[in-house]
Amino acid sequence: MSQDSQWPVWEVFLQANPGISHKHVGNVHAADAEMAIQNARDVYTRRSEGISIWVVPANAIAASSPEDQGAFFEPSNDKPYRHPTFYKIPDGVKYL
Amino acid sequence: MEDAKQLEAFEAKIAAGQKIEPKDWMPEAYRKQLVRMMSQHAHSEIVGMLPEGNWITRAPSLRRKAILLAKVQDEAGHGLYLYSAVETLGVDRTELLKQLHNGTAKYSSIFNYPTLSWADIGAIGWLVDGAAIMNQTALARGSYGPYSRAMVRICKEESFHNRQGYEIMMTLAQGTPEQKALAQDALNRWWWPAVMMLGPSDDQSPNTDQLMRWKVKMESNDAIRERFIDRTVPQAEFIGLSVPDKDMKFNKETGHYTHGPINWDEFFQVIKGNGPCNANRLKARADADKNGAWVREAAMAYAAKQMKEKEVA
Amino acid sequence: MNIQEAKFEYLLRLGDSSLIIGHRLSEWCGHGPILEEDIALINIALDFVGNATSILAYAGQTEGNGRDEDALAYLRSEREFRNLLITEQPNGDYANTIARQFLFDTYMFFLYEELKNSKDETLAAIAVKSHKEITYHLRHTTEWMYRLGDGTAESHERLQNGLNDLWMFTPEMFDMDEVDALLIKEGIVPDLNKVKASWEKRVKEVIAEATLKLPETTFKQKGSREGKHSEHLGFLLAEMQYVHRSFPDSNW
Repeated sequence: MSQDSQWPVWEVFLQANPGISHKHVGNVHAADAEMAIQNARDVYTRRSEGISIWVVPANAIAASSPEDQGAFFEPSNDKPYRHPTFYKIPDGVKYL
Repeated sequence: MEDAKQLEAFEAKIAAGQKIEPKDWMPEAYRKQLVRMMSQHAHSEIVGMLPEGNWITRAPSLRRKAILLAKVQDEAGHGLYLYSAVETLGVDRTELLKQLHNGTAKYSSIFNYPTLSWADIGAIGWLVDGAAIMNQTALARGSYGPYSRAMVRICKEESFHNRQGYEIMMTLAQGTPEQKALAQDALNRWWWPAVMMLGPSDDQSPNTDQLMRWKVKMESNDAIRERFIDRTVPQAEFIGLSVPDKDMKFNKETGHYTHGPINWDEFFQVIKGNGPCNANRLKARADADKNGAWVREAAMAYAAKQMKEKEVA
Repeated sequence: MNIQEAKFEYLLRLGDSSLIIGHRLSEWCGHGPILEEDIALINIALDFVGNATSILAYAGQTEGNGRDEDALAYLRSEREFRNLLITEQPNGDYANTIARQFLFDTYMFFLYEELKNSKDETLAAIAVKSHKEITYHLRHTTEWMYRLGDGTAESHERLQNGLNDLWMFTPEMFDMDEVDALLIKEGIVPDLNKVKASWEKRVKEVIAEATLKLPETTFKQKGSREGKHSEHLGFLLAEMQYVHRSFPDSNW
């Protein structure tokens, strides 16, 4: 018996211009990596949206969960000293 | 049992204009409604390729042929974005297609009407895409993140569909008398189905309140329909065509058009599967799927062999 | 025959082949084996229609009788079309389509690679643009040759049948006549023997890699150079041209 399927899902990341990072744009179904790249090209760059493509099997992505939000991300809220605006520098001082 | 506290937090989040993401808690009714809406929307894009695809091989100029190919390709892309939005809620594409092919899933009633002349391609772009864009622009502000993002992308890409349709109609209306007759005939046949495709009147849509609060639906069907008519009637007049509604009048007091009675009986018949093309459309999709099964299987078999070779090497 | 006439004839051969194979591919629209492949096939069809439009427009200018690309596409009949026989062959199953595309894409890849060096600047410019597109098409169809050839027993058999059926249309791709001779001398078009050598090498490699057998038929179908086609072309043109011809002298 044949095992019919719509093929595995691959997440697609596009680099829009040189020098910037790849950004998640969606996904495609494909039987292998080469096909996933070609499908991503055909689906997500129909209007010249990208110059480089990454594809990743969707099941290879691990994600933090919504319940982790507090424990993961709030602790950094009270560390303003990580931002340059935390520090007062007299007006006359330059190049800091 | 749904936790009242979770529901409260969920509704507060939506009221604050935040998006709900796939892993967030959501009421079962919300999930169900979204799966239903998004899959109907996805199926509509895919079935919608057929009536227009009909005319690619017969397009009357090379320019029109290229435009139509690009447009129908966009519909395929939009179907794909929407299927992947549904997949975020755990229903995979194989299952969705099964529902389409066995007739349990619905799609937009409009695609069960036949495309009988080249002018129908103009009418579809102008009227059907015009109506769809109004609906989709509203949905882009909806609360479910993946759906809303798909809508933003789709709206951006679809703006050319509407214009190319109007351009076809305008060219025909300004052409020979025979061409103009073609355009008017297409408008006559597509007008009411387009007015109806925005869905039944508000008094016939039972869940509207809750869905609006959850930002699954953003506007009532009647409100979108009114905007569609207000914008489209003058567009028809501008190119010397008239909408086939003898009761259509502009009401100066309200600033809106009032239209004649809508034949909802026809609408529900088509939804039920009794439109002129329901059987053909479903058969075409089911055949494509069936005839493609060995291709998809071969690709998987080849991929598996390649993986094995890599492991050995 | 002068150079201008030869060039017009040659451009029709190029443009018609792209137009007709683009038409065949567009018939897949909405009926492909999976959504992603539908989108890929339409992309390729779009490239062919675009290529045909540029080349037929240039053919019209070369002829100098006021015919534009639409007049050439829509107002000529079967015997005036110069597309290769392989391009008009029906789609058949997906394997058949892939076999046809692979044999033709490989041809077009090596032909346009040469045409990039044409002394005719317009033709060279079209070739530069088209060669990029064809490079992608060939990659796509070659991958599918491997997948179907070395996929399942069923896909292997279907693809082998497709190749066997289409093989007799391939020698015609390399036929040369007075038109070629004139233009080769001017450095406008390549000697097809060179294209043939590259084509044979690549086709053999891919067929072997795809675990397929090189077809053995030596029988050869030809005639497109003189506008002698298979019966398929008439039906294809009837469909393609009827709207345009039903409303003479109209704008679209």
